[in-house]
Amino acid sequence: MTLAIDVSGLNKSFGDHRVVNDVALQIEKGHITGFLGPNGSGKTTTLRMLCGLLTPDSGRGTVLGLDFPSEAAAIKLQTGYMTQRFSLYEDLTIEENLAFIARVYSLDRLHERVDEALEKLGLQNRRKQLAGQLSGGWKQRLALAAATLHSPKLLLLDEPTAGVDPQARRDFWDEIHALSDTGITVLVSTHYMDEAERCHDIAYIFNGDLIARGTADELIRQSSLVTYEAGGPRADRLSRDLQGKPGIEMVSPFGPALHVSGTDRRLLEKAIEPFRHEPWRWVEVEPSLEDVFIHLMRTQSASGVSKAA
Amino acid sequence: MMGLSLSRILAVLSKEFTQLVRDRLTYAMIIGIPIVQLLLFGYAINTEPKHLPTAVLVQDQGDFSRSILASLKNSEYFDIVASVATPAELNRLIENGSVQFAITIPGDFTRGVVRRETPQILVEADASDPAATGPALSALAMLPQYALRHDLKGPLAQQGISKSPFEVVVQDRYNPENQTSYNIVPGLVATILTMTLVMMTALAMTREVERGTMETLLATPLRPIEVMVGKLTPFVLVGIVQATLILGLARIMFGVPMAGGWAALILGLFLFIVGSLSLGFLVSTVARNQLQAMQMSFFYFLPSILLSGFLFPFRGMPQWAQWLGSLLPVTYMLRVVRGAMLKGVGIGESIESLAALALFMLIVATLAIRAYRTTLD
Repeated sequence: MTLAIDVSGLNKSFGDHRVVNDVALQIEKGHITGFLGPNGSGKTTTLRMLCGLLTPDSGRGTVLGLDFPSEAAAIKLQTGYMTQRFSLYEDLTIEENLAFIARVYSLDRLHERVDEALEKLGLQNRRKQLAGQLSGGWKQRLALAAATLHSPKLLLLDEPTAGVDPQARRDFWDEIHALSDTGITVLVSTHYMDEAERCHDIAYIFNGDLIARGTADELIRQSSLVTYEAGGPRADRLSRDLQGKPGIEMVSPFGPALHVSGTDRRLLEKAIEPFRHEPWRWVEVEPSLEDVFIHLMRTQSASGVSKAA
Repeated sequence: MMGLSLSRILAVLSKEFTQLVRDRLTYAMIIGIPIVQLLLFGYAINTEPKHLPTAVLVQDQGDFSRSILASLKNSEYFDIVASVATPAELNRLIENGSVQFAITIPGDFTRGVVRRETPQILVEADASDPAATGPALSALAMLPQYALRHDLKGPLAQQGISKSPFEVVVQDRYNPENQTSYNIVPGLVATILTMTLVMMTALAMTREVERGTMETLLATPLRPIEVMVGKLTPFVLVGIVQATLILGLARIMFGVPMAGGWAALILGLFLFIVGSLSLGFLVSTVARNQLQAMQMSFFYFLPSILLSGFLFPFRGMPQWAQWLGSLLPVTYMLRVVRGAMLKGVGIGESIESLAALALFMLIVATLAIRAYRTTLD
């Protein structure tokens, strides 16, 4: 197994605030890794450090076989970075934006590359259109085309599909998988569970700590979470009665149904016992990835509080 | 490890140029600001100021002094706002700035004219604003020729022909140098270029930061000097267009002479344009947002206009103000442009000012490159 990213001891503080805390990250070459965690947990900062936009306070390792962070400039050349906010020039046309990127990377066959990219995007007819006039979905696809124009080996994507409609998101992910098939390593941050499930594996970061790592199935198994689903007429209304009972960590409505989860099976079953009768039907289900993440977040902040105390 | 790349510079350059061409507001700044400022400043200062407040001290009881006051009024340059009884009072009025001119007609004036003694009228002018007093003073020079035309009749008629019946003695106060309004229009080249160029480039990097495109720039292999050269070069062209526009208008609309001195003028303009652009670039790397960049630019404009010798004669300023003024490139540009246009001096005579401009350019450009952050830290 070849690692595209292998860094450890990664730290970054802004003032007194420790944003990234001793993070170690290994990503296999050619994999798509989903980078998850609540807002402000350090995802963007980590991505920026990896592509040389921020200088880490400490941390070392290799990225694409190059020494990190001393060879940051060389890493930059082989890395494509797509920012959270659209960061191409809105007052330049689609074609001009791509040509600009091609030229700052001193790429050969400039016109051919730009034409190829436009063709792949399906934007040949709109090449003279200002980038600012594109819809959100098209902007993201253009940004991806720009980030991959110099054929990088590593792609860092920061919430690339935020605010984009489902069809455009699906198209976007098809492209990411197509890129991954050619051997490109992708690290992509997201808040969407369906996107997390499309990744080969997941890294979960919370308050600057990397707290979970593995495939979606592994994370679900590791969590040792037990989840029951209550069905029946307006089972979601049970939420109020179950909330806060010993053994019940999470109660979350799923439409008319209700998911109840906890790590202690005995306590959980005892807690739902009074409601296990008609008209409600209870079945044990596999916890969703979202349940797992919320569980991770809660247990981590609880331990954080106890540590602080 | 990476060398300087011409292709990357050209990439930034052509990107900037395209954005420049597409931005209508910038057009307005490039063409509009020079024209509007030239018209405002040029005409405001060049218009012959009339009805200037004047105080008189008439110690003479004769008819002739009344005629002189009447013709002063008729010239429309002078408004007699005060008639005082003592020289001390007269002095106070001109000192506190409530009048521009203080005129004294001595006690035996009428008698003196009759006796062909060519008596003198003393005109004290507050020349701290020479452009304001200039036209009025030239009108004064004509005064002896016609003021008493109607009074000198009969036996006295001969006097007006043979020689002036009296003299006007003008004393400039506060500004013996007495600069003419021709000083202002060439000076505008320097001040207008300062305002537009510094302001436009002050926004160059902050705009990238605010629009989020800075992250894209930083993620690419672009180096600071490549970004700077690429960004500033289109504005060098802008500066040349503006300078040509201002000099052309100065010639056509204000008839400012060009005494020669092209070499010094062109070299000076080039150094000054690049220096001002580098300063704008420095501002834009230090400022956190566009508002801050504008504020910093204005902070620089004020002394540039007030302490450079543009509005007030440089030698008339207090020592501390002259020291401050010596730090400003506008001061040297003013000397170069005035020297070249009005006196026709060449590079040799302007070498000190040109060297100062070159030094300013080098220091500021170096600081700007060093201040450019290659990361988001």
